Amino acid sequence: MGDPPPAPDPSAPQPSSRRSSQVSEQRSQERAQLPPAVPDGVQQMPLDAQVLRSSQEILESQANLQSWSQGASLSPYEQLAMFQAEEAQLGGMEYPSLNTGFPSEFLPQPYLDGGGIQVPGNASLMQQLQHGRGNVFQELESAYQEPRPDLLGQFSMYQREDLQFSASAQHGPYMSDDPALQFSPSELGFMSFSMQVPEPEPRELAVQNAKAYLLQTSVNCNLSLYEHLVNLLTKILNQRPEDPLSILESLNRTAQWEWFHPKLDTLRDDPEMQLTYEMAERQKALFVRGGSGEGEQDMEEEVTETAVPNIMETAFYFEQAGVGLSSDESFRIFVALKQLVEQQPIRTCRFWGKILGLSGSYLVAEVEFREGEEEVEEEEVEELTEGGEATEAHGEEEGEEDEEKVTDVIPKPTWKPPPVIPKEESRSGTNKFLYFVCNEPGRPWTRLPHVTPAQIVHARKIKKFFTGRLDAPVISYPPFPGNEANYLRAQIARISAATHISPLGFYQFGEEEGDEEEEGRAGRDTYEENADFEGIPVLELVDSLANWVHHRQHILPQGRCTWVNPLQKTEEEEELGEEEEKADEGVEEVEQEIGPPLLTPLSEDAEILHTSPWTTRLSCSLCPQYSVAVVRSNLWPGAYAYAIGKMNLRCIGYDGAQPGCDFMSS
Amino acid sequence: MDAESLLLSLELASGSGQGLSPDRRASLLTSLMLVKRDYRYDRVLFWGRILGLVADYYIAQGLSEDQLAPRKTLYSLNCMEWSLLPPATDEMMVQTSVVKGRFTGDPSHEYEHTELQKVNDGEKVFEEEVVVQIKEETRLVSIIDQIDKAVSVIPRGALFKTPFGPVHVNRTFEGLSLSQAKKLSSYFHFREPVELKNKTLLEKADLDPSLDFLDSLEHDIPKVEP
Repeated sequence: MGDPPPAPDPSAPQPSSRRSSQVSEQRSQERAQLPPAVPDGVQQMPLDAQVLRSSQEILESQANLQSWSQGASLSPYEQLAMFQAEEAQLGGMEYPSLNTGFPSEFLPQPYLDGGGIQVPGNASLMQQLQHGRGNVFQELESAYQEPRPDLLGQFSMYQREDLQFSASAQHGPYMSDDPALQFSPSELGFMSFSMQVPEPEPRELAVQNAKAYLLQTSVNCNLSLYEHLVNLLTKILNQRPEDPLSILESLNRTAQWEWFHPKLDTLRDDPEMQLTYEMAERQKALFVRGGSGEGEQDMEEEVTETAVPNIMETAFYFEQAGVGLSSDESFRIFVALKQLVEQQPIRTCRFWGKILGLSGSYLVAEVEFREGEEEVEEEEVEELTEGGEATEAHGEEEGEEDEEKVTDVIPKPTWKPPPVIPKEESRSGTNKFLYFVCNEPGRPWTRLPHVTPAQIVHARKIKKFFTGRLDAPVISYPPFPGNEANYLRAQIARISAATHISPLGFYQFGEEEGDEEEEGRAGRDTYEENADFEGIPVLELVDSLANWVHHRQHILPQGRCTWVNPLQKTEEEEELGEEEEKADEGVEEVEQEIGPPLLTPLSEDAEILHTSPWTTRLSCSLCPQYSVAVVRSNLWPGAYAYAIGKMNLRCIGYDGAQPGCDFMSS
Repeated sequence: MDAESLLLSLELASGSGQGLSPDRRASLLTSLMLVKRDYRYDRVLFWGRILGLVADYYIAQGLSEDQLAPRKTLYSLNCMEWSLLPPATDEMMVQTSVVKGRFTGDPSHEYEHTELQKVNDGEKVFEEEVVVQIKEETRLVSIIDQIDKAVSVIPRGALFKTPFGPVHVNRTFEGLSLSQAKKLSSYFHFREPVELKNKTLLEKADLDPSLDFLDSLEHDIPKVEP
């Protein structure tokens, strides 16, 4: 930075000091003087009058401008600021205070030549002005014009600066748009026509260099020291803290932080790390045993019965199969499931799997509620659908009447939307189990709504990645009825129906069942564990797919497990518009859809592209005595099941990935 | 995954659900050491696993001193015996693009593909059906190459380019900071740069020639198939 010119120029007691201490003094002086600022010279009175007239409108902007104006450590900037303050119509008040406040150490001349460089500071301010207050700028501009001639006339002392300002004022509208203009020396030439400007001295060059140096942007961000000091002083003037000098350092730090630019790395680390800290806090809650006041009784209760499955054991077996999450993640899932069981009235619970998404994954738990613990949500949903049906019926009535009256009416389309297939009751078919999802262990579990057949039918047609947010819309063609939660539920239903398998004989049908006629239609949908199951040797499990059976009901093309004739009208609908419907019934007859019955072996599954839909493996070929038989689905990549023959182990379909690739609907 | 830090990398990558059983892990650790010794590689990376109907392929890659030089790819069916795969060529890509479906798991399996070829017989031009046989090994090679070109990723700063040309591992690389790790621009494709020369001079001015010599992930546009 250049040396400050030594000799104070009495003719130009311009405010300027580059030393921060002096600046701070000046600032304090400024502040002291501003509120009761009294215009010094008579010359400034008329200006004030003009100024005050329009000052009431934009007081706030004035304050900011004024603070901006005072924020600079350079006098040229301050001059600019003063000029701007005039724009803001506080100019008169500012001027004298600044003038009297500051020791006149610098000649005004250097800054004239540095006018070209000054302007960018102005430009940035202008930009800020514009950004902040678009309207104000126009008002300010209009305000420019008035004081300017006065300025030129009256302030002979400051003539040079004024001219400079006038030059910049005339280029006012350009300043924010074209920084190149300000840097050009043409302005200097422009200004010099009416001024007696001395030739630039080496000192001025030094000053220019200093200013250029201050204006250069720092390496880390787009902020320059110049702008930062402006910002800092603005902040101080806005807040008017007591004894600002003593808290200057912290104010400086805060001003930097508030600029929304990357700052010193030491500051930056803290807020970022908080994300992982929050996660750790949440997960810590999982590990704490519920209720410190409970005594030993609870320990006994817990040991005997709990709905939470032994996740660690299954994780171990899946690891043998080459599939699975790491052991600590499995443990966290276990604890999270335990939390779920405590919160909800759950009879059986199972970890279904994990579905990966773009910005988050889903952990899915398959759950059965205890008897009689139906949710209230379902009733509300039913009411809504009933309301919908009533309005549809009314629509039909009105339609008939209209046709009779006027012959000129636009012909009504004869297309009727296909009848809505009712969704299956809870605890049966596709809605046999309830599903809860959460994004990470530690987050609250959200219940997924029941799936409707329409959603399943549509889910078969589209293929979308999951984003990880349940309320995200599913934008696809054909349009999917529902958001991501519904899509997720539909995919879970399809995967479950296709890939839940067990060794032959593990499950069997109950002995006491109803009429055969009903069964022939609906198919058996209940099964129970076979107490006499002895286990099939692992090698046999691997060799033949006939040793595995599905234990979930197949989903029909209709979207349900049990077929429903969509043309069967309920009583309400039959009362209205009977004639129309009878005519229709004759034409459309829907065939009953039949799917493979429960407990069909895998060998009868349809092939995909001439390849079997299942692949079997031994987990370890080196030690077949202790290895696990693993079955992998080729239809849904990520679905695995394992079995160990003699150990009466249930096989679990484990979905570790999102289904994708080329697959056909199940 | 580097053979030296295999276990740690497997733990970190376990979130996707794919992992290795303990016996595979143990055999990998052993056999990759031997591969490194026998083939004199500077680094051996466990590339991954390709699932097949009958068996799975385990793929490893060996790198020499210059990290950007073409890598040697090896495959194994049991993680113990490794066989070298031929380098990928463009004809292989074209040839294998017609084969769809899963891998069978048998490296000597041949896919049959019938093509209509025009045969000039004097003045007549007629089409003949030619059955082209494509080996599964070829398909494996081209698939691995395609996957590498598309998704092989390395963070900025992990490699640096010496003035002589070769690319070395940066031993002073400590990892990306959290803010940097969230930006796509801090990751590069680990392959010969294609887009670099298309950058404007202004963009190139900001780059550090020793660190930014690869394509960034920022400007990748996925191909959308109708």
